[in-house]
Amino acid sequence: MPNIMEVHETNKMIEQEKLDVRTITMGISLLDCISDNLQTVCDNVYKKIVSYAKDLVVTGENIEKEFGIPIVNKRITVTPIALVGASACKTTDDFVQIAKALDKAAREVGVDLIGGYTALVSKSMTQADELLIRSLPQALSQTQIVCSSVNVGSTKTGIDMDAVRLLGTVIKDIAQETKDNDSYGCVKFVAFCNAPDDNPFMAGGFHGVSEGDAVIHVGISGPGVVSRALDEAQGKDFEFLCETIKRTAFKITRVGQLVAQEAAQRLGVPFGIIDLSLAPTPAVGDSVGEVLEKIGLAQVGAPGTTAALALLNDQVKKGGIMASSYVGGLSGAFIPVSEDSNMIAAAASGCLTIEKLEAMTCVCSVGLDMIAIPGETTAETIAGIIADESAIGMINQKTTAVRIIPVVGKTVGQMANFGGLMGYAPIIPVNHTDCSAFVNRKGRIPAPVHSFKN
Amino acid sequence: MKKAIISVVGQDTVGIIARVCTYLASRQINVRDISQTIIDGYFNMMMIVDVSDIDDEFNDIVQDLDAIGTEIGVKIRCQREEIFTKMHRL
Repeated sequence: MPNIMEVHETNKMIEQEKLDVRTITMGISLLDCISDNLQTVCDNVYKKIVSYAKDLVVTGENIEKEFGIPIVNKRITVTPIALVGASACKTTDDFVQIAKALDKAAREVGVDLIGGYTALVSKSMTQADELLIRSLPQALSQTQIVCSSVNVGSTKTGIDMDAVRLLGTVIKDIAQETKDNDSYGCVKFVAFCNAPDDNPFMAGGFHGVSEGDAVIHVGISGPGVVSRALDEAQGKDFEFLCETIKRTAFKITRVGQLVAQEAAQRLGVPFGIIDLSLAPTPAVGDSVGEVLEKIGLAQVGAPGTTAALALLNDQVKKGGIMASSYVGGLSGAFIPVSEDSNMIAAAASGCLTIEKLEAMTCVCSVGLDMIAIPGETTAETIAGIIADESAIGMINQKTTAVRIIPVVGKTVGQMANFGGLMGYAPIIPVNHTDCSAFVNRKGRIPAPVHSFKN
Repeated sequence: MKKAIISVVGQDTVGIIARVCTYLASRQINVRDISQTIIDGYFNMMMIVDVSDIDDEFNDIVQDLDAIGTEIGVKIRCQREEIFTKMHRL
């Protein structure tokens, strides 16, 4: 039986330290919705999502009330749409119709976001993959809650530079299409290397083809809880610091495990994975930057930041793995600039630069995330940034990603506001030195030597 | 047996336990254990109650207790036991 101190500790985490389940995400396979008729595909997609996810939101709300733990988002991920639409879609407009069907179904069941408007092109693009990518400016500006991702590389395949180059242009076009809203469309798109099949977080969540018909994943957060726990570790040695983070990560993950099992049982859908990611929000005290600063940095971005983040990421994983047999997704620490009050401050002061962020992505759980850059940044420079980030993922056998927003009409020093959980970000400078001769080469970067493990 | 934890946090005042227990009795909910202490200067009370027979009405009880708490100026939460046992027990 729990004792009064344990009850107090748990409720303090929830009420004062912003412990929450960030998302219950239902993954739904749409492979059985494929047809060579576009209208049939759209109808099948809509019907299957509504039928499978109709109770997702109310189930999440009931669990929230019964256990007293906030569940911030309910989400859906689906099979990459480039596969689902390949037979029926002959134009970019055809793909946009499927995006609209996803949007309509997701809003019908009341979820916050739906991910999976996705193409997996780590070696090269099919015609359908390329159509889906080219449809993104329309798809993301004409839908509300559809999220998109493109996997452009992997350790096993190398990097598809044709897709990287195309994405440079497409990201600019998405920004232009949503320019009245600080280029918000780019917030809903992420380019990946080594994308996982079971990620419940957005914008990069999709239901991989290795998954079953339907599955429940849970993403749990809690940088505030880690931050408060670290108050005890001031001035102590690294062993004490690591133990504190591990112990906290363990407790947080156990809550995620409980919520995932309850949701899976009530919805009659198998449990997939727990993604323990320290995911900040713009609220004060819910910041990964603050955790890094408590580890001993005057401001995030200072020398030592990469080492502190490596330590944090590793201890979070170690604590989480002990707490659940099925830890997956992206588990670790996110560093989305616009969603983290301390990182926003560090970017605004110039302490945190895009080059330092790139170094941090070598050891964090994902990559360059929610970074606002000048609207005048060229497509080639954006492609160069994606290529660099993908190379880090490819060589280090880890997931990396790029979610950057070239904010149309704004430049360095101005602020871009994305609202809600997406936050706000100062526009930071990028290196504009020309890389076009590099990114304009055709073909792909070969798989690295350590991919040959057969 | 399904158990829930009712916790009360706030300024100590006359009749908190009486008020909560009167409500629980009206819903036929048995109290298995009760303890209280002062943490960080605030009154903390915890009850372990048997909720085996009230599956459908659990959310109503959560809301009713929350409302009673608001009325008497303390925070009352009613949560299924598992969130605490999962977090603190291997």
